[in-house]
Amino acid sequence: MALLQIAEPGESAAPHQHKLAVGIDLGTTNSLVATVRSGLSVVISDDLGRPLLPSVVHYLADGQVDVGFDALVKQALDPRNVIASVKRFMGRGIKDIAHRESLPYDFEDAPGMVRLRTAAGVKSPVEVSADILRTLRLRAEAALGGPLVGAVITVPAYFDDAQRQATKDAAKLAGLSVLRLLNEPTAAAIAYGLENAAEGVYAVYDLGGGTFDISILKLSKGVFEVLSTGGDSALGGDDFDQRIFCWILETAKLKPLSIEDSRLLLTRAREAKEYLTPHGTAPITARLSSGEVVDLELTTEIFSEISKTLVAKTISPVRKALRDAGLSVADVKGVVMVGGATRMPQIQRAVGEFFGQEPLNNLDPDKVVALGAATQANLLAGNRAAGDDWLLLDVIPLSLGLETMGGLVEKIIVRNSTIPIARAQEFTTFRDGQSALAVHVVQGERELVSDCRSLARFELRGIPPMVAGAARIRVSFQVDADGLLAVSAREMTSGVEASIVVKPSYGLSDDEIANMLTDSLAHTKDDAQRRALKEAQVEAQRLIEAVASALKSDGDLLSAEQLARIEAEIAKLQTTALGDNRRHITLAMDDLEAQTKDFAARRMNKSIQHAFAGMSVDELESSVDSAQSLGETA
Amino acid sequence: MAVTLSEKAAKHVASYMAKRGKGIGLRLGVRTSGCSGVAYKLEFADVAEPDDIAFESHGVKVFIDAKSLPYLDGTELDYTREGLSEGFKFNNPNVKDACGCGESFNV
Repeated sequence: MALLQIAEPGESAAPHQHKLAVGIDLGTTNSLVATVRSGLSVVISDDLGRPLLPSVVHYLADGQVDVGFDALVKQALDPRNVIASVKRFMGRGIKDIAHRESLPYDFEDAPGMVRLRTAAGVKSPVEVSADILRTLRLRAEAALGGPLVGAVITVPAYFDDAQRQATKDAAKLAGLSVLRLLNEPTAAAIAYGLENAAEGVYAVYDLGGGTFDISILKLSKGVFEVLSTGGDSALGGDDFDQRIFCWILETAKLKPLSIEDSRLLLTRAREAKEYLTPHGTAPITARLSSGEVVDLELTTEIFSEISKTLVAKTISPVRKALRDAGLSVADVKGVVMVGGATRMPQIQRAVGEFFGQEPLNNLDPDKVVALGAATQANLLAGNRAAGDDWLLLDVIPLSLGLETMGGLVEKIIVRNSTIPIARAQEFTTFRDGQSALAVHVVQGERELVSDCRSLARFELRGIPPMVAGAARIRVSFQVDADGLLAVSAREMTSGVEASIVVKPSYGLSDDEIANMLTDSLAHTKDDAQRRALKEAQVEAQRLIEAVASALKSDGDLLSAEQLARIEAEIAKLQTTALGDNRRHITLAMDDLEAQTKDFAARRMNKSIQHAFAGMSVDELESSVDSAQSLGETA
Repeated sequence: MAVTLSEKAAKHVASYMAKRGKGIGLRLGVRTSGCSGVAYKLEFADVAEPDDIAFESHGVKVFIDAKSLPYLDGTELDYTREGLSEGFKFNNPNVKDACGCGESFNV
């Protein structure tokens, strides 16, 4: 039978309506799953009571897949089929992977994302991540007694669209519905309840097993905005183990070691590091295969000394991230510590000294990201009191843009931008004397309006008559924290303005969004060609308009024969522009331009004559003379 | 008439309350719903209601509204672990049959 949890007053869920949601920290080295129980975020441990799941997957020839500790122990025996740190490959092509020659994996180049050849077949990083996520899902379902409505999965703040999408795909493959992807530093901040804290700037210092990340967040009105990120993707707790290992070698004056002995001492080094934090001194004893016995004592002082450069290496990215955000240490209101390696006292001290304040460290730094994600998941699943504020952390699922001439889309706010957000762009008129402008707001990733979703239309009227291209119309898109889009257009010289409010994601299911995204990927090349064609067509139309307006005012400068030739070229361009051959359109444009060259010259002459009309030749000459003399004296 | 907490349940309630940082105790109750008639209510209590009957068990105050009490009289609230799952469980002598999930029951 399902066991009950204590609810907030008045919130006992009706039977069978508990919404089970989890937060997942899908880490490079370790992953965790957490949930909210009786109002508290807790990490769900496995049946042996271990909270961490090593992010390691072992593929066997018979198709069996081991995840976690079982896979980890096989790493040395079967390096090619034990995939670790797969997060580094998510959404990456083979060229993006640093030091791939030093990795034991059999990489295969594939469009979009690298693949790994294993005994169980070719695996994409998405599939490997899905195997980790599936293990966590099963663990959570066993613990919570039912299927999950969804999960919040954390990703590094610097993850780009491809990496985020790959993470979402992995979740889907693992049978998880993603309530939201949440930035890791934001999750850590939520775990500390900072979203209810004073507005201001917070720093999240995340030193994990093999990676270091620093994020500068700004909290305003309950929304975290990532101001800047920095770090070192090859710096973490493992490097500190390595320092202790080297110290052991030097102090005990050991000769070069066998692989087994190295591994043994590296393990002893890690144990000593972990023992040192609460105890101050750590004994290191080991019997090597040669019979030689290592018996040393490591003290906090020695450890601080030998790891000084590593600690310093984390501080310089912090300084840079602050600089990138345009802030100084004094602007930082709080510092959150994430990652097991931040337990080391020398790290706590260095961070404390740098920021001039005690960092927040009373939550388990290994769990803090998962705990924050669970809190967010619980809210998003709808397990909240009426009147409780939504956490306003969201991104725009699809780009928002405008229709421009020729049915093309100009994206104003690109997808995955965090909300609230405001962006503006200037547009101009297409025709001489154009007094109104139609604003068509669309949503989607494709290049053509016809392939995107139409959200709203409105008109900006009362633009004062100007030549084409002279009007400056500023169109602003603003999406507030609830996902409501407001679009306004304003002609800058006259100040006329029009606006509309739309709700962009209304009626779009995740599937539809996914389809639209897949579509856009599938049609990228197609779309680019269609876009180029449309652009040529618009250009042709503009040329025709310009020539037609010139003919109207100065047609009398041409002989009937010349006029006929130009009109023939216009007609030719008009028909070509209806077709879909971009090259033919450009050629026809060239022809029309060539044909009107003489006409353009005549118009120039005419306007010059017009300017000097009424002057006698003498006057003209004297004016030219004076101009020359001015030139000479100057 | 009495409702009690097991020692383990009381310990967990106390620790949840401490972390929650407010509240005067635990509210138990029943309401009609679910697949077998009546469902349990298990909530933190912030205020005592006029028709509440209060008990104290292992230092935890338990509030039950008068209408619910007949359904719960003699119940012991326990905290158990079943596999990976852990949580509270009503050991209710009044129950004739419960639905498979244990979230609702019949008297």
